[in-house]
Amino acid sequence: MSAPTQPDIAIGSNSTSASFASDAVENPAIAVENIVKRYGAFEAVKGVSFSVADGEIFGLLGPNGAGKSTLIRMMTTLVPITSGKATVAGFDVAKDPDAVRRKIGVIPQALTSDPDLTVEENLNIYAKLYSVPRAEREKNVAEVLEAVDLVKWRGAPVKTLSGGMRRRVEIARGLVHNPHIFFLDEPTTGLDPVSRIAVWEMLDKLRKTRNLTMLLTTHYMEEADKLCDRIAIVDHGKLVALGTPLQLKQNVPGANVVEVHFDRETEQWKARLEKLEGVTSVQSESAGFYRVLTSSGSKTTMQLVELAASLGETLTSLSVQNTTLDDVFVHYTGRQLRDEQVKASMASWAMLKRPGDPQ
Amino acid sequence: MNRMFAIVEREMRKFFRSPVLMIMSLMVPILQLIIMGNSFGGKITGARVAVVDYDHGPQAVRIREGFDAIAVNIKTFTTVEYTDENKAREDVRTGKVDAAVIIPAQYSRRVYAQDAPRIGLVVDNSDQFTSGSLESEMQALVDALTAPLIQPRVATSIALQIVELYPYVNYMKFLLPCCVSLAMYISVMIGGGMLYIDDKARGVHEGYLVTPITRLELVFGLNIAGSIKAVLAGISLTIIGSLTAGLGVIFHLESDLELLAMIVVTSIAFNGMMFLMMVRVDDPLVPRAMFGILNVLLLYPSGAMYPTIAFPAWLRAIAVIDPFTYAVHGFKAILLKDGGFVAIRYDLLFLFVFGIGTLLVATPLFKRTL
Repeated sequence: MSAPTQPDIAIGSNSTSASFASDAVENPAIAVENIVKRYGAFEAVKGVSFSVADGEIFGLLGPNGAGKSTLIRMMTTLVPITSGKATVAGFDVAKDPDAVRRKIGVIPQALTSDPDLTVEENLNIYAKLYSVPRAEREKNVAEVLEAVDLVKWRGAPVKTLSGGMRRRVEIARGLVHNPHIFFLDEPTTGLDPVSRIAVWEMLDKLRKTRNLTMLLTTHYMEEADKLCDRIAIVDHGKLVALGTPLQLKQNVPGANVVEVHFDRETEQWKARLEKLEGVTSVQSESAGFYRVLTSSGSKTTMQLVELAASLGETLTSLSVQNTTLDDVFVHYTGRQLRDEQVKASMASWAMLKRPGDPQ
Repeated sequence: MNRMFAIVEREMRKFFRSPVLMIMSLMVPILQLIIMGNSFGGKITGARVAVVDYDHGPQAVRIREGFDAIAVNIKTFTTVEYTDENKAREDVRTGKVDAAVIIPAQYSRRVYAQDAPRIGLVVDNSDQFTSGSLESEMQALVDALTAPLIQPRVATSIALQIVELYPYVNYMKFLLPCCVSLAMYISVMIGGGMLYIDDKARGVHEGYLVTPITRLELVFGLNIAGSIKAVLAGISLTIIGSLTAGLGVIFHLESDLELLAMIVVTSIAFNGMMFLMMVRVDDPLVPRAMFGILNVLLLYPSGAMYPTIAFPAWLRAIAVIDPFTYAVHGFKAILLKDGGFVAIRYDLLFLFVFGIGTLLVATPLFKRTL
């Protein structure tokens, strides 16, 4: 993996998307410059810029309807770009889409393998669609089946496989023509935790063994944290933060999170907690339960205990944690629930709802 | 080319993995052939006719002997004795009997006196088929009664001699060209319409679109696969239907080649039409909703059920551009008339041009992106 020419800098929500142009890497596998997607008057992607280094796993993180899928669809030639420029494997996506398609493997959000066909038949048909020569086809299919651990299921109809196995078939399908760059749109959505971890391990192994550059979208923070070298947070069609998971966490005010549960809820707790030294924000989770972002977890904990004792209040529970990507995500995208109608209208513009899509 | 054949391969594998689909596309036309073939076009038997005899003379007895002959021979109707004309009329109206024959008083005398003898027939004309059959049977009987006992040596009246070119065509045979066309239409509707939109909605096409396959390869791959499915349905129904209806034309090689040509061009035409209609559709409900409407719009104006020359002008205009018209005409020309290539050349030409034309229009409409 070639290192970026400039250190990654996480930029807060006040910054404009154009600021991320400074993130340019030398000979990037993927470069996106001020890319825009408009559907009529609605702007799904609003001038996003970033680049992905060769061999890097890059995560696009964002809430539902943020524009992640539209972004990935533009980069994979599925949706025309309204303005801006996207280059994948050195080819302009708008001008030379066929060259891009030959270099990339794509795992769309939906399960696109044919359920009536066997695993091997699906892979063979896709190898033919990528014009993989007959001699190589058999070898490639065997290799990808081995890589996704589905050798003994090669003759099974896809419809008989579990959700996790079907997702592995999708991954194998995307790799059957030996792509250099791999796009995964929410690869673990709908999977149980065990299957999800299996997919993570598999993707990590594939990156190492096949020297793949990966761009994945997800709304699982843990997935982004474990898999990605760098993460871009997208919200309302804009890039609101970009950096390594560590940088993003460090950039959130407050290095620790103190979770405290008071026996008795009063209206004053939030204001009292905000006054404590080092506290940057206080979130009320439920009755008497607060999540406190602080620069010093130990100091805040002591102050909290003293405060409760002086007021004669009882603490039901108290814990200190390091800042997680959840905190980063909430910090940049806010805590308000997204209007489902807005989401639905965006989805109808950006993509069709399909059976199997996440709700 | 390989990419196009990969699409065809996928479609055909899927088709053969779902035998239900294949069976369903044949089931409706076969059922239609058997049920409609046996229910339409048959002869009336066992109708009940009331006889009110006010005459009781020798000529009335001749009429009743004629009725008895009909009842035991062709069995079109049996008679029921009535004494009151009004009661007989009422029973025709309420459906207790199908018709009533009134033999008026003085009928025999009028026959002998050659004084305009008449007998009355009361029919329920809300059922045109039954009343028509009874009327024609009664007319034949009256003609026989009117005919002189000794025929003159020189015929003085004009005779119409009817020559039938083909052996008797029962309704099941008549219906077979329609059923073959219908089987192909259903196959195209399911295989080329519903499955195409379902695949689109499920994201299978999204998988295709990220590969380097060209628009033309994708369109042709999908259409070749759709046409193959329709050809298989057409061949299956031609064989099953011919055997069921008792047509031996399929045992002649020349006719088989003509039928194959008709089946292939009909498949291309139907598939092109369906692809053009579905090329921009994304909602899986649309082809399902269109199924019945299209069936009525295409099948009935085609002349499959009723001759197009009996249609009003606007319906004839639909028939002219309806590929079903040419498919039904072509299949009829081979299956029922053994007309050869000469009889089907314009059908072949229209269907081929229609199929290619619709595909040429649909191709630029096909979106290579989502």
